[in-house]
Amino acid sequence: MSQAPHHKPQLSASGRKPSLIGTSPLRIEGRAKVTGAATYVDDMPFGPALLHGMIKRSPIAHGLIKRIDVSKARALPGVRVVVTGQDFPGYTGLYLKDRRIFALDRVRYVGEAVAAVAADTPEIAQRALDLIEVEYEPLPGVFDPEFGASPAAPLVHPDLGNYECAPFIFPQPGTNISNWFKVRKGNMAQGWAAADLIYEHRYQVPHIQHVPLEPHVCVAQQDVNGKITLWSSSQSPFAQRNLIAKALNIGHSQLRVITPYVGGGFGSKAGVSIEGAAVALAMHARGRPVKLRMTREEEFYTTFVRQGLVAYIKMGMTKDGRITAVENRFYWDGGAYTEYGVNITRAAGYSGSGPYFVPNIHVDSYCVYTNHPIGGPMRGFGMAEIHFGIEQHIDQMALQLGLDPVQVRLLNCLKDGQETLTGMIMHPTGLSQCIRKAAEAIGWNAAPPPQDEKSHKRRGKGLAAMWKAPAMPPNPGSSAVVRLNEDGTATVSIGGVDIGQGAMTAMAQLAAEGLGIRVEDVRVNTVDTDYSPYEWQTVASRLTWSMGNAVLQAAENARHQILQTVAEAWGEDINDLDIVDGQVVSYRTEEARPLRDLVIYGLQRPDGTWVGGPVVGQGRFMPEYVTPLDPETGQGPRAVVHFTTGCQAVEVEVDEETGEVTVLKIVSAYDVGRAINPEMVRTQMEGGAVQGMSTALLEQIILKDGVPANPNFTDYRIATAVDAPLETENIIVEVPQDDGPFGARGVGEHPMVPTAPAIANAVYNTVGVRISSLPITGEKIWAALHPQEADPAMTPV
Amino acid sequence: MNHTLHFTVNGEPYEIVAASHHTLLQVLREQLALTGTKNGCEAGECGACAVLIRWPGADRFEPVNSCMVLAPEVAGAEIVTIEGLAHDDQLDPLQEAFIVTGATQCGFCTPGILINARALLDRNPDPSDAEIRAALVGNLCRCTGYIRILDAVKMAARTRKEALR
Repeated sequence: MSQAPHHKPQLSASGRKPSLIGTSPLRIEGRAKVTGAATYVDDMPFGPALLHGMIKRSPIAHGLIKRIDVSKARALPGVRVVVTGQDFPGYTGLYLKDRRIFALDRVRYVGEAVAAVAADTPEIAQRALDLIEVEYEPLPGVFDPEFGASPAAPLVHPDLGNYECAPFIFPQPGTNISNWFKVRKGNMAQGWAAADLIYEHRYQVPHIQHVPLEPHVCVAQQDVNGKITLWSSSQSPFAQRNLIAKALNIGHSQLRVITPYVGGGFGSKAGVSIEGAAVALAMHARGRPVKLRMTREEEFYTTFVRQGLVAYIKMGMTKDGRITAVENRFYWDGGAYTEYGVNITRAAGYSGSGPYFVPNIHVDSYCVYTNHPIGGPMRGFGMAEIHFGIEQHIDQMALQLGLDPVQVRLLNCLKDGQETLTGMIMHPTGLSQCIRKAAEAIGWNAAPPPQDEKSHKRRGKGLAAMWKAPAMPPNPGSSAVVRLNEDGTATVSIGGVDIGQGAMTAMAQLAAEGLGIRVEDVRVNTVDTDYSPYEWQTVASRLTWSMGNAVLQAAENARHQILQTVAEAWGEDINDLDIVDGQVVSYRTEEARPLRDLVIYGLQRPDGTWVGGPVVGQGRFMPEYVTPLDPETGQGPRAVVHFTTGCQAVEVEVDEETGEVTVLKIVSAYDVGRAINPEMVRTQMEGGAVQGMSTALLEQIILKDGVPANPNFTDYRIATAVDAPLETENIIVEVPQDDGPFGARGVGEHPMVPTAPAIANAVYNTVGVRISSLPITGEKIWAALHPQEADPAMTPV
Repeated sequence: MNHTLHFTVNGEPYEIVAASHHTLLQVLREQLALTGTKNGCEAGECGACAVLIRWPGADRFEPVNSCMVLAPEVAGAEIVTIEGLAHDDQLDPLQEAFIVTGATQCGFCTPGILINARALLDRNPDPSDAEIRAALVGNLCRCTGYIRILDAVKMAARTRKEALR
């Protein structure tokens, strides 16, 4: 089967204009979700045999384990299993195998798992944890990525040189740098010489939490044949099967991962976090199922967090606003293990220019081990963090030169056919359109409303652009199966997960369009790796594009099987046949026959014999064109599959007396290639924008010597209904993707990428204060507005 | 210590035995298998476990976070969970509006929000935007950005008014 659609991407297989693409059927699982009927892992019944797992965690940030004594815990009645690092010494990890299920000889962050228990009740499990004795020898820690990258820092992973890693990851053994991604393009001296203004600044982004409302939870059980079933709230059932099978040295078909509805992910449920521990417990539980469910406190710092970042950005610009050179250094606070984080820093490196044409550029993106929680993927990983600096930097330079930030962005933003920083030719993109439309919708050129001189509240506007490519290996695969049922309905099996983004509905639309049936006649299964076809992971905003291609191809394959049967039975040319609204029609004879008459039993030929049989369509997709990049220069013909681009503009109100920021309006404009379901695209934009706003104004995991100080919703606030903007506007731009289904590309993550710098720019526009570190709190703004009165400790970075 | 308790849930009478330290959330989910009520924090901070309760002698239902109510407290009370909002397959106008406006994404916060929204409309049939936001301030949602939820509550308020006419 070909890897791309065999027809023009904007047309359906019959050559018609699609009738279901670009319409907005309602979420197919909506009724289940509003009635409480939708089943999540924690809702599944396992009966009285269920054991309750709990994890013993390190109270220190860095140290050697001198002794673990679990004998008292094992002796406690009702305790069925106790496991430690001794039981599972193998390494695991997605891009870099630097991690164990339980610490073996050394702990590297507060909260690291050192042992686990499974007991008849949660109360007994808790008592057993208290009975486990662990003796540590504390070591000096690394709590700052810049220090961590320096030769003075103690080593967090002395064995870094021995770890297995993906070929595009470049660890620096003997240091804390687990990946160093470099871009070297053009002539820097010429670039600086051509600049009329050179400006350098430091920006800082703290660790934050994804905060899915459903905490991580899984249940594992081993049967008499040794086969393990894992029910897991996961974005990555197949990646979990792969990583856990390899870590435990069991066969892939001996591990089955079932993922029902998932209560939010945002990246935190990608890859593996707690699931290995549950499987480890189940392997000693003599057939009893073991549940592991994170408390909200555990959720805040023991699964994944978004990495912290210190970014140095230096940019040269001519007096008419053209960017001549960029030199960026990104120090990522990767935390104790960077098995996933190394790819985040890689993505930040190959996107390090922001969405602009930069002829001369150096980027150094360092993934640095620290004794902080594990940095993992979070919605648009790497991009929200680097754009916070890049997009403020552009604004600042434009304003210093007396130029309009929108015009400077339009001048520099990547156009079709220009070279990106890694030497890839930019595909057709609607970036300029997005910037223009966002600026227009916020009233960029409108005169500001008259300021009430007595009021201490002022209003202003800001804007930021973005780009983001799916950050993944070069060859992540998707596959799909479309089966027809006796009544003419279709059942779609996929390995990707609907974590709320609406994937099941979009796939139903694509299957219905590809077959020629109604959306309401399509069922989409949740994932069970024993029955669902392979999908790499639900990450990178890749499902609509990649899995969508597979589903469309499977549906078209099923359609072809049906039409072949009919052509033979009716003695017709297949090109004269079509499927419309669940009926096969002949354009030649005008005969019609409903699918239910033939998709299982086939059709009778004129001579009384039969042709056809059960229709099962299959499809797959894998990009085959991504090239490696030169490790020294980051250059190569095709770094990524594509970039989704966009722009956000905001209007804010700042209270000069308190520094408090209120976001009045957020405009989002993204080039999605083709919106399969425009309403769902808009809900992604809107939800992402408010998540971005929340991270901009409120969120930070406060870490003191590696100890999280605010792991609860009282001390770590996320935006509530009261904080949400008064108004949003969500604009869809459609410049088709050449290998997307009907031209579609993804937009799940992008809407939170430019929100924080747009708000920061609006704050500057309103009160003239530049806040270079997140979150943009009232305290920071107030301190900058009142430098004489402010406590120096509160002065913004 | 164990307590034998009588109360009603969604109009059905129940007699259960619960330990002193068990919460209403645990009783609903683990003993009654009413798993539509979600456990998001067990600290009364996220609102995912909200249910409606009419205490003995009270004249109306009020929303509570069921993780913050100990089981013995609900003796004699009437409780409505998300499973009790729809009647005979007829969705509550709020449930319909949440589907139509796209106010649910991952769906985990949705039951608690519907419960609080229902309590709001029962005491204030025509709430302002600010009143809806204030009523839902205890319900965290990470997916939707709340705007569609506000739209849905307004739509349901209109539907309810029209039904009364």
